[in-house]
Amino acid sequence: MNTSALVEHPVRSSARRPLLLAGAAVLWIVAYRVNLRWWDWVVYDVAGLDPDTRLGSAVHFFLYDTTKIALLLTGVIFVVTIARSFMSVERTRALLGGRREGVGNVVAAGLGVVTPFCSCSAVPAFIGFVAAGVPLGVTMSFLIASPLVNEIAIVMLLGLFGWKITVLYIVGGTTIAVVAGYVLGRLRLEKWVEPFVFETRLHGEPIDSSAQLTWDDRIDMGIEEVRTILLKIWPYLLVGIGLGAAIHGWVPEQWIADHATSGLWGVLVAVGLGVPLYSNAAGILPLVETLHDKGLPMGTVLAFMMSVVALSMPEMVLLRRVLKKPLIVTYVAVVATGILAIGYLFNLVL
Amino acid sequence: MDIKILGTGCAKCQKLEQLTREVVAALALDATIDKVTDPGEIAAWGVMATPALILDDRVVAAGRVPSAADLTALLAGTP
Repeated sequence: MNTSALVEHPVRSSARRPLLLAGAAVLWIVAYRVNLRWWDWVVYDVAGLDPDTRLGSAVHFFLYDTTKIALLLTGVIFVVTIARSFMSVERTRALLGGRREGVGNVVAAGLGVVTPFCSCSAVPAFIGFVAAGVPLGVTMSFLIASPLVNEIAIVMLLGLFGWKITVLYIVGGTTIAVVAGYVLGRLRLEKWVEPFVFETRLHGEPIDSSAQLTWDDRIDMGIEEVRTILLKIWPYLLVGIGLGAAIHGWVPEQWIADHATSGLWGVLVAVGLGVPLYSNAAGILPLVETLHDKGLPMGTVLAFMMSVVALSMPEMVLLRRVLKKPLIVTYVAVVATGILAIGYLFNLVL
Repeated sequence: MDIKILGTGCAKCQKLEQLTREVVAALALDATIDKVTDPGEIAAWGVMATPALILDDRVVAAGRVPSAADLTALLAGTP
């Protein structure tokens, strides 16, 4: 039998790696800095489009935004994945075990933001938490925060709206997760959890997936994650930026002002549209940016984005295996109410 | 050897299964490979991040796909 090809470690010379990473970082900074000037030159000087025409500004917007967001995603996902490789769902559960509601909700929401977690694992994680004695509402805070405040949303907000809006989003999203989880816990909804969850006996010996990783492993994970995420989201990203560019160039501001009143109904309509819609932050944010440029208030725009990323049909279908329908409906209603409240609050203060 | 792959059907779970089959074939191991997709059963193993790999009733990897080299070492090291 010939196993040499598999046994040999892949070529990754640790000695040269820091140099390569430093080189990549310098290239990244340069690319990010010259992005605007580069597309100014290509679109307006080389291609000869007029910046004052709809076509010119739409083409420029599309190319510039695509490059900027691709760069931001690559850089931040790489760094965040490495930082997160020191955390794991197992460690999170250990940190939550024995916590009471209240403090537990706050800790769970915070951990939901930093723990590497894929919504495809939502069901085993839910069972694992609840069977280990983590209260239902605390588990919910974790499950709400995880998709709502995720690294892609943070990166894109940072790139498109700056750090103030980003901080508001993180604080707002975490607050929703804390309060919604607390409310769901207080409602005593355990009767609507499928009984087998409480009967599950944990017989395996849990292993900590963050333990025993070398720096090389963590860097490999970072590279792999960037690749996976970019491959997964590029169609959403291009459609989102394309739509954004079209609105940017062709929809007049007056139209938005006429049709999307900033008053009472704006946020309600935004959340009503956002809940059934499902996309990731990468697809929705370029659209959000354009709508905001056209005069839609920040609270309305953020409420729309939150309802798109936090509540998704695929995840509800998965959760249906462990939660009965009334609990799923309550879950959606409580989270949507939280998003509405945050939307109105942001419209008031911003 | 009894190998179980725990996964809810995500892309990484399929990758782990494929890789495991390749390594088992390359090492010419006498092994049975089962896929566990039931979330209750996955959780009962104490696994909360899929995919996970179980060798003879012991969880050896969870939450990520080990490299081919690591997987070979794991599989070759078990009698």
